[in-house]
Amino acid sequence: MSKSNTILYLDGVSVSFDGFRAINNLSLVLDKGEMRAIIGPNGAGKTTMMDIVTGKTRPDAGEVYFDGEVDLTKHDEAEIAMMGIGRKFQKPTVFESHTIEENLMLALKGPRSIFPALFHRRSAAEVRQIDDILGIIRLGDKRDEIAANLSHGQKQWLEIGMLLAQDPKLLLVDEPVAGMTDAETEETARLLKDIARDHSVIVVEHDMHFVRELGVKVTCLHEGSVLSEGSLDFVSADERVVEVYLGR
Amino acid sequence: MITGRFFAAGADRRIAITIFILLTVAIVVPLLNLAVSPTSAFYVPSYIVALTGKYLCYALLALALDLVWGYCGILSLGHGAFFALGGYAMGMYLMRQIGSRGVYGNPLLPDFMVFLNYKELPWFWYGFDHFWFAAIMVLAVPGLLAFVFGWFAFRSRVTGVYLSIITQAMTYALLLAFFRNDMGFGGNNGLTDFKDILGFNVQADATRSALFAAGAVTLALAVYVTWAIVGSKYGKLLMAVRDAESRTRFLGWRAENVKLFAFTVSAVMAGIAGALYVPQVGIINPGEFEPSNSIEVVVWAAVGGRGTIVGPIIGALVVNAGKSWFTGVLPEFWLFALGGLFVAVTLFLPKGIIGMWDSWRGNAKALRAASIAEEAGTDPDVPAPPKVVRGAARTPGDWSGSSPEPQPAE
Ligand SMILES: Nc1ncnc2c1ncn2[C@@H]1O[C@H](COP(=O)(O)OP(=O)(O)OP(=O)(O)O)[C@@H](O)[C@H]1O
Ligand SMILES: [Mg+2]
Repeated sequence: MSKSNTILYLDGVSVSFDGFRAINNLSLVLDKGEMRAIIGPNGAGKTTMMDIVTGKTRPDAGEVYFDGEVDLTKHDEAEIAMMGIGRKFQKPTVFESHTIEENLMLALKGPRSIFPALFHRRSAAEVRQIDDILGIIRLGDKRDEIAANLSHGQKQWLEIGMLLAQDPKLLLVDEPVAGMTDAETEETARLLKDIARDHSVIVVEHDMHFVRELGVKVTCLHEGSVLSEGSLDFVSADERVVEVYLGR
Repeated sequence: MITGRFFAAGADRRIAITIFILLTVAIVVPLLNLAVSPTSAFYVPSYIVALTGKYLCYALLALALDLVWGYCGILSLGHGAFFALGGYAMGMYLMRQIGSRGVYGNPLLPDFMVFLNYKELPWFWYGFDHFWFAAIMVLAVPGLLAFVFGWFAFRSRVTGVYLSIITQAMTYALLLAFFRNDMGFGGNNGLTDFKDILGFNVQADATRSALFAAGAVTLALAVYVTWAIVGSKYGKLLMAVRDAESRTRFLGWRAENVKLFAFTVSAVMAGIAGALYVPQVGIINPGEFEPSNSIEVVVWAAVGGRGTIVGPIIGALVVNAGKSWFTGVLPEFWLFALGGLFVAVTLFLPKGIIGMWDSWRGNAKALRAASIAEEAGTDPDVPAPPKVVRGAARTPGDWSGSSPEPQPAE
């Protein structure tokens, strides 16, 4: 497999926790500009895969490359974030005691050292960027609201907004519609499709209606490796996938 | 939203009032001590000046702890060490000012060195005959220790109770080291019998008043600096690290540097507090490194309300006033009272005195609004009860209403 023209390239990746193989010889390639949905039963290793890509977990074996050339296993979380990989956690994680605006302000692309932050003044350009993002994530009227007051679904959106503020090349989105109403789920599918127009995206999700909405290539993980890959119809017709989902 | 603004403004006003009070006290108390006749009802006796001057140093120490504990969740149980190091730096200067007026009359060596048969001044005492040098050391020694300690601790991602334990270990190790006679800091007895500071007799009423004023002005300045730090984008980041550290990392921030800066600034503040304390109490000994001292600071901050700037100051003043009273009446029960107070505050006043005050005022306001609305014959719940407004002191440390707890990521 060639790494050129890939935004993310995993080959033969394995990781064990106390002898338990959470990721087992996983290979996965994402082209530049592609959006991919990842499904798989609980414990399949979807979140762990994101931990490896974002530098939280070091793989025991295998190659992890970003943008065809950067070896991600050699960098830590902050460096990887600065290279342009944004991540939404499975459990929505925003800064609860700050306002929506402050949450986005802290995420906004820019210098990441202490002294600029200490003497930072909010510029008109930043306000405009934040306005844009607030529009995209449908929280325009909540600018000065404390994040703790948002609904579960709105927190998910805010976190996605924080990813956008980072201006990453690749977004890893872990279970974005968990706990959302049907209407919110539909809205989120639209939002992610918008984002995918100029970003590469990996979406992990259990909700099959949502995955169908996205209408993109699907990878099914099971026990730490790829079980099946293709269109949603192809994957859901795959006997092995049916088997792991319906129980053994 | 309007409520949010109002409360925010309220918090800033509170800071301004605190600074104003401190500056006023810095002028008025010395005047009432020096310029008023002792028979007057307005006379402030010298022992009160000395006592409150000491409390102001404790308040500065509590404020220093608040910056790291209240705003970044770093529960340091070793801040007493930074305080003591600042105190020792000042104590060394004061020792050098004694000159040949010591018991042994040695012009070169402090008394304890003569007693311990030192032949010459140890190298680390060089420079301490100059006030400016001692002043730099007051800042540099605690700052450097905090920087090195924090560098290793935060980089290795030591957090929570483990971090608290190693800060205790740090102050305990220093306690043992400073107890040793061959360390060159006076061992068990520490440094004492001071005569002059900047040429003025440390015992004189005027000097004591000046030290009091210096303490009050420094505290006012520290309140301003802390408020400015906490209100900056860096301050938001500090709280973000407290509430969701891994989220900040995945946004590209180096959480360890964020903590390191606050920890170092806080240690420097604690060192200044110690330096102001020593000339007022006239002694510094290894007892200041006692681990229980550092724990007491945590109690002050908790009682006043952590993460509120003003709270820990109030806590330090109230608890120490209580301590002075208690140790006069029932000395053997003070530690039990302190322990009981901490448990009670943790259980019943998790947001401390300031938090209680705010929620009481918040309720009163909501009630008043409701009754006004009722009188006007309108729907009483139009003035929506405040939701989680920005904690009265824009302090996420105090979680009002439904508490957004710090949460682990994922
Ligand atoms: N740090 C860790 N230590 C030990 N075991 C871990 C760790 N992280 C993940 N695991 C285990 O690895 C397996 C894969 O977990 P992972 O969270 O990646 O699954 P997932 O596919 O995201 O599942 P879900 O759909 O429930 O989110 C699980 O069995 C989990 O218990
Ligand atoms: Mg998961």
